[in-house]
Amino acid sequence: MNLRKYLKVYLKFLHTSLASELEYKANILIDLITAILSLIGSIFLLSIFYQNNGSIGDWKFEEALIIQGIYTILNGITNTWFNPNLTEIVKHVREGTLDFVLLKPIDSQFFISLKKINPSGFLEIILGFFLLFFCIRINQINLNLGFLSLSFITIICSICILYSLWFFISTTTIWFVKTWNATEVLRSFLYIGRFPLSSFSFSLRVFFSVVIPIAFITTIPSEIFLGLSQLWKILLEVFVAMVFLVTSRKFWLFALKFYSSASS
Amino acid sequence: MVKNIIEVRNLSKTFNISSKEPGLKGTIKHFLRRQTKSVKVIKDINFEIKEGEIVGFLGANGAGKTTILKMLCGLIYPSEGSILVSGYLPYRRKENFLKNITLIMGQKQQLIWDLPPIESFYLNASIYDLDKFEAKRRIKKLSDMLEIDDELFIPVRKLSLGQRMKSEILAALIHEPNILFLDEPTLGLDINAQRNLRKFLQKYNKQTNATICLTSHYMKDITSLCKRVICIQNGSISYDGKLNLLLKKLSPIKEILIVCRSEEDAIQLENSGFTVKNKEKNEITIKVENKSITTSLKTILNNFDIEDLYINEPPIDEIIGEILIK
Repeated sequence: MNLRKYLKVYLKFLHTSLASELEYKANILIDLITAILSLIGSIFLLSIFYQNNGSIGDWKFEEALIIQGIYTILNGITNTWFNPNLTEIVKHVREGTLDFVLLKPIDSQFFISLKKINPSGFLEIILGFFLLFFCIRINQINLNLGFLSLSFITIICSICILYSLWFFISTTTIWFVKTWNATEVLRSFLYIGRFPLSSFSFSLRVFFSVVIPIAFITTIPSEIFLGLSQLWKILLEVFVAMVFLVTSRKFWLFALKFYSSASS
Repeated sequence: MVKNIIEVRNLSKTFNISSKEPGLKGTIKHFLRRQTKSVKVIKDINFEIKEGEIVGFLGANGAGKTTILKMLCGLIYPSEGSILVSGYLPYRRKENFLKNITLIMGQKQQLIWDLPPIESFYLNASIYDLDKFEAKRRIKKLSDMLEIDDELFIPVRKLSLGQRMKSEILAALIHEPNILFLDEPTLGLDINAQRNLRKFLQKYNKQTNATICLTSHYMKDITSLCKRVICIQNGSISYDGKLNLLLKKLSPIKEILIVCRSEEDAIQLENSGFTVKNKEKNEITIKVENKSITTSLKTILNNFDIEDLYINEPPIDEIIGEILIK
């Protein structure tokens, strides 16, 4: 793979999608306001849960805010990259424009996963980081190299898991053509990630760890912030992320063999 | 000797297609228990195309033209048989193969809707690994050939269909491919835009010796661009050869426009056993086989009161249209 070429193409993707979005100023403004209100709403909701309980599933309010911060970052990444690109796969397949992607001398997964960005999602990422920095202060977390690198690795793994799940579901569109609902369900499950895994019953914990590993996505990085992390959990998240990434890639290549293109 | 750039051997393609009965009952049945059947849309076809040739694929809707084109460019896997395009197996979609081909579809677009076409051109240039200077040179050359200039800087959504199609073509040719697959490129364009596009394709073929495979329902596209045609009927090749030979073979008729002195004569003529193409008041057009033209004329002149008479070759579009219906 020619990395220089891919970097050049990605910069073009950034340029063209930013330019496209900036054509509609009002839309960007509304998205930015929505992002701020959504974060305020989520914190408000969390504070209601904690009004009568000092802790939920052993997590205090200040600690649960860490999960909210990581969720906000991931939601920002979802809105910036996953949502504009991966939901578009359904459109590409239905309308047959996937033909243009497949005939370009560039990796098709790279193309359809990164062609667009929604700049208003950046604000959510920034707000998420602000919330995390705030949590670091109120929870008196010691910033050291080990903590930073482990947080970085687990957050990257979370992004990979989320991307793979979404991409996997979107890929099924090659057979089923319309799978909007499935990605919407995944999005709804992602809301679960705003709460600590231990706040759920045992069966739900198993479901959100094994069947749909949403819990991995926010809880494990949050545990690192609180010094509660266990090595096996981190290794498990890295392993799950790698398995998901490789599987979604193989699944995409397999699915393309069944692509029949839309009729003209 | 000119070498073959496309070689197709015993090619077949089968699709699983679901069908649905009308009405609510049919919809529920379709939802609960979808019935699919295997349909062989391409049946054991063979052909070669030489470098620099322009070949038209003719056929009625659903005959399999687009499926063949999509297999040739590697979008669809063949079910049986083999295809070699420029020495590559298309469905493997190797980078060097993709750099050699392009697909232009009249009804689909790749340009970024909210931005001027020039942005899509530079994006494609980076995908094909062209530097800025080379991309600029090619955009200038192609825009001169396509006679577009200011349109390059206007958002795609504000361009007319013709301007958009020209921009689509520029985007599809920026990497200077050797093989062009064109699926109804003039669809929806007005007559001037169609003519300009044909002129461009002729010029492009002449200048670059690119091979062009074309499907179109506008017969003018076929007759002005293609010396060779491949007719597809129900997934099989019914004719592969020169267009003028096909016309000779399949057009053994002439049209005679007869102006009768009265409408009664025209009605009498209409009911006298000739194949009537159309009739309007005292004017009637009949179709007559070439071999019986003299006897037919004699019969008409002897039995009817004729004011005027014209003998015409039927329009080429109609002949091809009839072939497609058969």
